[in-house]
Amino acid sequence: MMVPLDPADKLTSQRRIAEGDTVVVYERHDSMRTVAVRAGGVLQNRFGVFRHDDWIGRPFGSKVFGTGGGGGRGGGGKGGGKAGGGFVHLLAPTPELWTLVLSHRTQILYIADISLVVAYLELVPGCVVLESGTGSGSLTTSLARAVAPHGRVHTFDFHEQRAASAREDFERNGLSSLITVNVRDIQGEGFPDAHRAAADAVFLDLPQPWLAIPSVGLMLKQDGILCSFSPCIEQVQRACEAMRSCFTDIRTFEILLRTYEVRDGALNGGAANQEATVGALPQKRRKFTAPGENADTAQKNSSVMVRPCSTARGHTGYLTFARLCVSESQN
Amino acid sequence: MDPPPPPTPTGIPREAWEGCSVLLDINDGDRLAFFRLTPAATVKIGNRTCSLKPLVGRPFGTLFRVGPDGLVPCTTGDAPSRDDSMQDGADGQVQDETRDNRSLVDNNTAQNLSSDDIETMKRDGATGDEIVEALIANSSTFGKKTVFSQEKYKLKKQKKYAPKVLLRRPSTRRFMRVDTLSLLLSMANIGAYSDVLVVDMVGGLIAGAVAERLGGTGYVCSTYLGSAPSSIDIIRMYNLSSDTVSRIVQIPLSDLCSMGSSENTPSVLNGAAEREVVEPEDAQASLAQAVDMAVSDEKAQLSTEQPTDMEVSEPSLEVQDGNSSLDCRGGDGSIASKSKPGKRPSPEKMKYWKEHGFSSVIVAAPDHEIESLVADLLPLLSYSAPFAIYHQYLEPLAKCMHTLQVSKRAIGLQLSEPWLREYQVST
Repeated sequence: MMVPLDPADKLTSQRRIAEGDTVVVYERHDSMRTVAVRAGGVLQNRFGVFRHDDWIGRPFGSKVFGTGGGGGRGGGGKGGGKAGGGFVHLLAPTPELWTLVLSHRTQILYIADISLVVAYLELVPGCVVLESGTGSGSLTTSLARAVAPHGRVHTFDFHEQRAASAREDFERNGLSSLITVNVRDIQGEGFPDAHRAAADAVFLDLPQPWLAIPSVGLMLKQDGILCSFSPCIEQVQRACEAMRSCFTDIRTFEILLRTYEVRDGALNGGAANQEATVGALPQKRRKFTAPGENADTAQKNSSVMVRPCSTARGHTGYLTFARLCVSESQN
Repeated sequence: MDPPPPPTPTGIPREAWEGCSVLLDINDGDRLAFFRLTPAATVKIGNRTCSLKPLVGRPFGTLFRVGPDGLVPCTTGDAPSRDDSMQDGADGQVQDETRDNRSLVDNNTAQNLSSDDIETMKRDGATGDEIVEALIANSSTFGKKTVFSQEKYKLKKQKKYAPKVLLRRPSTRRFMRVDTLSLLLSMANIGAYSDVLVVDMVGGLIAGAVAERLGGTGYVCSTYLGSAPSSIDIIRMYNLSSDTVSRIVQIPLSDLCSMGSSENTPSVLNGAAEREVVEPEDAQASLAQAVDMAVSDEKAQLSTEQPTDMEVSEPSLEVQDGNSSLDCRGGDGSIASKSKPGKRPSPEKMKYWKEHGFSSVIVAAPDHEIESLVADLLPLLSYSAPFAIYHQYLEPLAKCMHTLQVSKRAIGLQLSEPWLREYQVST
């Protein structure tokens, strides 16, 4: 269960993969996909052919081997198992993994933006949050986790097919009781009256968010929080102008994540490594070392080098947050 | 002592109640401090001491000004905040193109009112806003300034003569750099029903933030090295319900690691070993570590975030009455005193965690060595559970990540540094 709705749903070491479960098949750090487990099912990828039946009954997190294929590249295939088979890991799905594997019908928000939005909107279990547009449901899934089990995410998109795809995804991920998806042009019509003064927070990812701001003012509870995401600063400017009349504490941020890569410390001329290759890519050592065991003192003394990754995700958008002013006329 | 108002359906209280914790924002971010609304609580603004009684029952987000008898809620007619004061300047923008500061000389002769004049005005009962207007009218250089500059001048005078106090609900985002904390919470998959293991050496910030996101379900097991629990005092600022607070438990790491080691290990481990599934405790993709580099980030923080962020990192609980309210004893019958966080977990709970594992682990030990700490913590996790480790230095995390990569105890490792920048948007 991606987001447990009940204590019995949550992932523990006692849980086993069962038919009907969704697993995230982890091939490499940049290659993952979700698979619905079914008896007799088969997954075929560059590492081999994997039978779902081998997965059923195993714990999540297991490393599983396939048959044939791949030539063992990246899969290891060392130490038994099926000869010549590569391997994958089977992980339990979470909103973070979902963001990395979901099908992009639109440009999506990634974890850095998502986590800041969830925290800054002060979402806790039980909250009601409105979102437009739904897009591919990346943020929506994380919003659902934040408000579960009794809160609600009401998400709106003006594109009927994309709304339907999102609804299907949420259904498959067990989130339908937390998320309602509706087709509506929020820029043109605003949010529905049914949610007036009922939302703890509202999130906008629209091309012209300033058109929706007055409606947001009616939807939020007092001191409720708005977040508007826009790629261009001109959009931010117009949105901020529209916020001035009813909102306070208007702040705009950008968040970026810089990733680093590590490798063994031995440069040319160092003695710690067997292979001191010039310009070597990060290499995973084949030797298994249990943590805490200092069998190899040379390894203990070797340094580790770290540097920023050469490719990094760049600008996604600006996040503008604001609080609804408290007014005496609001009841 | 009144009990807190019944929670709204979503559980977020929208109004202050007697005895609750509040965050007061004085003069738009110049000073942020925590207060408890006890009957005798006061706040010093400028050279006046005002009672906090008028705040009880008021909605969070209400702005107060200092009236003749103390704090009074602002009506919409009162002096505007920074956000909408820019509207006044709209007309002046056409003229701004020809204005600059070339003729301004800083020789203290621009203001014609003396401090005696101002004192007289105060004695005659002039409001703060009236004094500000008078200062503007008597400034020989005001008319020559750009719109932005006039705005700055007006705000500066307002802060001195017409200070404002904003009543805020304390929330976790006020402490640690918000992007770092938010990433830890996301990457560790914090949500309802999780049993989260936490090593919190930042005063309880993480434990409190996790507890907030659990909403009274699951558990926050705050574990510590050595025999003395690390302080988790910050939690008392959060106005957490007693349900939520009771879910924060503390236990030394040595007890956690040794629990049930003589008991039969769950059958799954045996099964896994047979079937060549070597490392069941794999971690999840891109959920591993968040780095907050103190060296480069501090500079960024000072220049881009409000200076008060530095202050708030050690929140001051100012309570001006005789009780040692910090302990929530002595007459403060609020719910916090009934359920203190940090009790030891029951043996049943510990047995459960031994057999089922924790849902995730967050480590925030910015000055500590982490490699061996992580080695002790990982076996306590459920299979496929995520973990997130924060450190202020890059090297210990790099070393830890390398060791994990080599040992293959975890997958989906990522070492990242969050970067947050605020923008100034003119409207």
